[in-house]
Amino acid sequence: MNKKNQEIQEKIHQKYEFFDVTADIGFWAYGKTLEESFENAALAMFNVITKTDSVAENESRKINIESEDLTSLLYDFLEELLFIYEVDLLLFSKFDLSIKKGNIDNNEIYKLEAVVTGEEIDWNKHYRGSEVKAITFHMMEVLCEDICKIRVILDL
Amino acid sequence: MDIKENIVEVRENIWEIPSSYKKEMRVPGRLYLEEDSLANLEKGAFEQVVNVACLPGIQKFSIGLPDIHFGYGFPIGGVGAFSARTGVISPGGVGFDINCGVRMIRTNLTEDDLHPKMKEIVDNLFANIPSGVGSKGKVRLKNDEIDEVLKFGAEWAVEHEYGWEEDLQFLEENGRILDADPSEVSQKAKKRGIPQLGSLGSGNHFLEIQKIDEIFNEEVAKTFNLEPDTITIMIHSGSRGCGHQVCSDYLRVMDKAYKKHNVNIPDRQLACAPIDSDEAQSYFRAMAAAANYAWANRQMMLHWVRETFEKIFSQSAEDMEMSVIYDIAHNIAKKEVHKIKGRNEEVIVHRKGATRAYGPGRVEIPSEYRNIGQPVLIPGTMGTASYILHGTEIAMEETFGSTAHGAGRKLSRTGAKKRYSSSEIKKDLESKGIHVRASSAPVLAEEAPGAYKDVDEVVRTSDSTGIAKLVAKVIPLAVTKG
Repeated sequence: MNKKNQEIQEKIHQKYEFFDVTADIGFWAYGKTLEESFENAALAMFNVITKTDSVAENESRKINIESEDLTSLLYDFLEELLFIYEVDLLLFSKFDLSIKKGNIDNNEIYKLEAVVTGEEIDWNKHYRGSEVKAITFHMMEVLCEDICKIRVILDL
Repeated sequence: MDIKENIVEVRENIWEIPSSYKKEMRVPGRLYLEEDSLANLEKGAFEQVVNVACLPGIQKFSIGLPDIHFGYGFPIGGVGAFSARTGVISPGGVGFDINCGVRMIRTNLTEDDLHPKMKEIVDNLFANIPSGVGSKGKVRLKNDEIDEVLKFGAEWAVEHEYGWEEDLQFLEENGRILDADPSEVSQKAKKRGIPQLGSLGSGNHFLEIQKIDEIFNEEVAKTFNLEPDTITIMIHSGSRGCGHQVCSDYLRVMDKAYKKHNVNIPDRQLACAPIDSDEAQSYFRAMAAAANYAWANRQMMLHWVRETFEKIFSQSAEDMEMSVIYDIAHNIAKKEVHKIKGRNEEVIVHRKGATRAYGPGRVEIPSEYRNIGQPVLIPGTMGTASYILHGTEIAMEETFGSTAHGAGRKLSRTGAKKRYSSSEIKKDLESKGIHVRASSAPVLAEEAPGAYKDVDEVVRTSDSTGIAKLVAKVIPLAVTKG
C-alpha cells in the first residue's frame, strides 16, 4: 500500500509525462482531482509548444465549454486552448478550472469553466518547440481511480 | 488468425489480403511493398487496411501504398474509393492537414550560379516566407476576404498578383475545387486561417532548393522540361490551422453522424457518414474549401520564392524560367470517375498520404503532359533525394490512379532527439554542402534523415509495380524549415 501511495505521490508531483508515438507525441497527465488532471494536460500540451517556465503570467482568458462526455470535454478544452494560442498568439502556463456535471433535457452534460493565464508569443524569448496541428481522439482516456489520469495524443 | 499468413502474392511486390480474411470485409486489401517491408510492416497498419475494406460502398480494394504506415483510423499511405451512390465520406480518410502537398518549380539556373550566393538565398527565403504560428504574417486579410480564398483557392492568389495566370494550369484541380463552400467552414477555422495564410508551417514541411541529379527517362523529362543539373525548388506545405480545424470540427460531427445513420464501423476513428447525408456533404464542401486554402497558400509562397530570386539575381523570374512543374495534393478526398467492372463510375477517392498518379489521356492533366501521364512529386526527407515520377495506366486500373507520397517516419520525435542533436544534424548536412535554416530548436533533430524510412525504396516499389514510373531524381542544396 505504501509503495502504491508513493507511486501516486510521484505521479501527482510529476504532473505529466510524455510517451512515444511514431509520427506524433503522446502524454499522460495526472491529478488528485479531475480538474487538476485537466490543468496538467493543458500544461503538457504547452510544453510541447514551448517551455512554460519562461512564460510569464500577464494575460488571461476565460473559457466556458459544455460537452456530452468527459473525453469530449477534454478534447474540446485542449482544442480551444490551441485555437486561442494560434489566433491571439498567446502561450499559457497557468490553468485554473472547475468541472461540473449538469443536465440538459435529461441528457448528461459536463461544463468546464477555466481561467488560463500566460503571455504573448515572443519567439526571441520563448523556446520554440513543435507546432501542434490538432488533438486526436486516438487512445484518448480520462480515468479517475486513486488519482485521475488522462491520456492524449497530439498530431504534430 | 495471423493476417500475414493469409496474404497472397498477386505479382511481384503486390500482396492481397483476401476478403475472406474477415467476414465484414467488402473488398480485398492490396499492399504495394517489397518483401522485406511487408515482413516489417506494423500489425496495426495491416489491421487498418482491413478496417477500411469493411466500410460501406468501398470499391475494388482497400489500398496500402509503398510508404504505408499506421495512422489514426485510416493508414497513412492509403487509398479508399467509395461509391458516389452507396458509399461514405470520412474526415479520417483525409487527415488533419487537408491538401498537404508539394509544388515544384523549375529554373534555368545551375549550381554554379547559386553557389556564391547560397547563404544569401537561404537567409532571404527564410525571411520572406513566414514559417509558423507567431511569425509576423505578410498578408492581412479583411474578415470576409478569407471566404474568397476558401472559394477560389489559387485563382484568388493569382488575381491578387501572387504569381502568373499560367501557373494555374499546372496545379492539380487547377488549384481550385469547385465544390468548396466557405459557409460550411466554421468561424474558428477561418480565424485560424486568416493570420496563417502564406506560411510554411513546421514539422515535416519545408522549402528546398534542389538540383536535378539524375534522369531516368529522357523523353518524359524533356516533356516535363527537366534539364539535367538545373536548379529546382520544392515547397511542401498544407492548409495550416484552417485545415486542421476543419478536420477537428468534422471529426466531432461524424462521431455523432455514424451512430445516427447506423453505419457499422470497426474503429471509432473511421467515423464517416453516407455520401448523401447532410453531414457528409457539409464535410466535403468544407474540406474542398480548406484544400483551396492550401493551393492559395502554396501559390503565395511560390510568388515570394520568385521575388527572392529576382532580387538576388537581378533578373526577372520569367528570364530565369521559374515556371511550375506541377503541384500535387497528398491528403485529400476527391470526386473522380474511374473504370469499375468495365463501366465508368463516380467515386469519392480518399487519399491519405497518397499522391494522385493519373495515367496518359486523362483530361485533368495539363495538355502539355497529357500523352505521358501527370507528374508525381515524391519528396524525400531533409538531406535526402526527392523524385519526379509519372502516372500510369496500371495506376488507373489498380490504385484509382494513386501512388505513395514520401518516406514515412521510422523513429518517433523523441527517439530521433535521443539519437541526434540539432547542431549535429546541421553540421552533418553542411559537410555534405547542404545549407539549412530552421526556426524551431528541435526540428532538425526530430526531422533527421535517419528518423525516416528510405524514400529510395518507396520510389523503387512504385516503379517496379508500375503504379508510377521514375522520371528524375533531385538532390537538396539548401533547406529551410519552420
